[in-house]
Amino acid sequence: MELVAILFIPALASVLSLLPFGRRYAAPITAVAAAVVLVLAPSVAVQAAHTGRVDALNGWLTCDGLAALVLVLVALVGFTAAIFSWGYIANRAGHAEHEVQRYYSLYNLFVLSMLAVPLLANVALMWIAIELTTLLSAFLVGYEDTAEALEAAWKYVMLTTLGAVLALLGFLILYWGSRVAGIEPFTWLGLIAAAPHMPPALLWPAFLLILVGFGTKVGLVPMHTWLPDAHSQAPASICALLSGVETTTVLYVILRLFPVVGSAHGLDARPWFIGFGLLSVGIATLLLIYVRDFKRMFAFSTVEHMGIILVAAGLGGAEAHLGAAYQMTGHAIAKSFCFFAAGITVMTVGTQDIASVRGLIRSSPLAALALVAGGFAIAGAPPFAIFVSELAILKAGIAGGQYIVVAVLAFFVVIAFCAVMFHVNRMAFGTPDAGTTVLATPASCKATLALAAIPLIVIGIYVPTPLQDLLRAAAAAMGG
Amino acid sequence: MDGSPFPVIAALDALTGALFLLTALGVVATRQVLASLQLFILQSLLLTLSAVLLGIALGSVHLFAVAGITIATKTLLIPWLLQRTVSADVYRTREIERVLNIPSSLLLSAVLIVLAYVIASPILNAVEVPFAAVNLPLGMAAIFLGAFTIVVRREAVPQLLGLLAVENGVFFAGIAIVPNLPVIAELAAAVDVPVVVLVIGLLTRRIYRRLGTTSVGQLAALREH
Repeated sequence: MELVAILFIPALASVLSLLPFGRRYAAPITAVAAAVVLVLAPSVAVQAAHTGRVDALNGWLTCDGLAALVLVLVALVGFTAAIFSWGYIANRAGHAEHEVQRYYSLYNLFVLSMLAVPLLANVALMWIAIELTTLLSAFLVGYEDTAEALEAAWKYVMLTTLGAVLALLGFLILYWGSRVAGIEPFTWLGLIAAAPHMPPALLWPAFLLILVGFGTKVGLVPMHTWLPDAHSQAPASICALLSGVETTTVLYVILRLFPVVGSAHGLDARPWFIGFGLLSVGIATLLLIYVRDFKRMFAFSTVEHMGIILVAAGLGGAEAHLGAAYQMTGHAIAKSFCFFAAGITVMTVGTQDIASVRGLIRSSPLAALALVAGGFAIAGAPPFAIFVSELAILKAGIAGGQYIVVAVLAFFVVIAFCAVMFHVNRMAFGTPDAGTTVLATPASCKATLALAAIPLIVIGIYVPTPLQDLLRAAAAAMGG
Repeated sequence: MDGSPFPVIAALDALTGALFLLTALGVVATRQVLASLQLFILQSLLLTLSAVLLGIALGSVHLFAVAGITIATKTLLIPWLLQRTVSADVYRTREIERVLNIPSSLLLSAVLIVLAYVIASPILNAVEVPFAAVNLPLGMAAIFLGAFTIVVRREAVPQLLGLLAVENGVFFAGIAIVPNLPVIAELAAAVDVPVVVLVIGLLTRRIYRRLGTTSVGQLAALREH
């Protein structure tokens, strides 16, 4: 029942936002809907972690550990970003009432499409849900209606749709393969059962088409070119969703392929995961050094983290997969926090240019503190979760004898850490330029920071038992 | 097509496939926006024809549904949607802007077609399926040519038509490899493609309003310095 409710509530909120009274209440309606989803999702996750799988609607909806992890992360960021939108969107001048209503309507549908990806059992339906995440968020990316925002939205839609269409061919070939193998249900479980009987000549091109096609949407190098544009031009609330969970949702699909390919004979997906992962981490690190726009900086950091998770999945083994699941959690929480901090900074100083922000700690202590905390968390300093998960991944790699991969990964992670902290420190400390006008921060944005800071601080120090169970269940579903 | 159980239909399908590839090449090479839209409609009709031929040969009702959906969405709904969302002067502008000239584009296209055959051949050697020998490599070729069109075009509508040509290529291959496509995949085609066109069309209109041009290839404010 909860699974159906999780999908129904955002749909309802989307319709309500468009009705006449939505003119005043679209923001609270969205926040309440997101709060209800945030209550339901963890209860599903607890069940899934205990019983292994939750089903609904005759098996059309299903949720195992890995799906539940993604579901909880989307619900969490969907809630904090809704609260942030409340003050942030009201604060943006030059938008008519119907545009604001359409923003909330699309916001709910965008969150709905991301919640649907892990829940839909049928792989073809899941493909449609992923395609919809792009199409529903296109106008959210272009919301500011500036030349740059529209350019970003254009690249976002064209490239990720092209990628999705390539992935569709991959899924058609997978379906062909499961027919050849004689196994009917086109679900992830069905595919794992069918893979050993599929001709490798079918499974292999299907895997590569989906890896490259959906890799475009995850932001894997060299298909990442659209990502820093979209993730820097969208409103901060949308950036938190795009960077924090949309990338993770699509990466989830690629991770699902890992046990499918792994159960086939004579095929090895690991070198591809590690190769694409290390390339993404390396290039993103170089771009992090030279970046000039702080929202772009956090976008490149997303490319880096997607690469790290892919490497962790590719290393294989229960410990590495547990590290990957923990890293996904830490990244979603820390990255959404970073974009909230960046949004508040943009509101207070009116620019995204790193070089023109100095001494933020004096002019706006809240924004500076949030940026520094977010920077430490996302770069992977102790005591934050990403430090723990990166260490776990490196340790798992050493235990598996993958010394070169571990060395290269550690090298880039350390440089990326220095680059992020260098930029953040330059903005937070130093002497502010004379005559900088500082604008007030809306209360809902301050509240969001406080809310988002709780999981940010807690899960690095203490992982509650239900979350531990969930992470283990997720790692097991990756074929650990 | 020796050894095929349906010699006449196989020959007709091969002819349809050849024309399908020609329209894909046409979308790469044509200079006018309106002409590339007409070529796309023609390509969609050829996709429909192939689906009908395969539907007769394999006795698959699903393929007739694919044919019906293709006719309804790609030859009727999409041109109508484009006309509604994109203003007429964008439509008629003679399109001269392209990154590569036509002869070099066609030369590279030939390379892409050979590549499609190289990639498809191991799949075809592994699994014996009627009609896949025609539809899979030609569908893949259309995918590559469509993606290539997106790269060489700078105008918004021709880029969109390139994307739709890729989608046509996927379905041209798809009808042969999975003739009993689940209903869901048909729904995907019916819902997804018009929504893509609607979103991109509306985006094009906003870009035109805001910037006075639809030359999206020249938008370059966002890049690394």
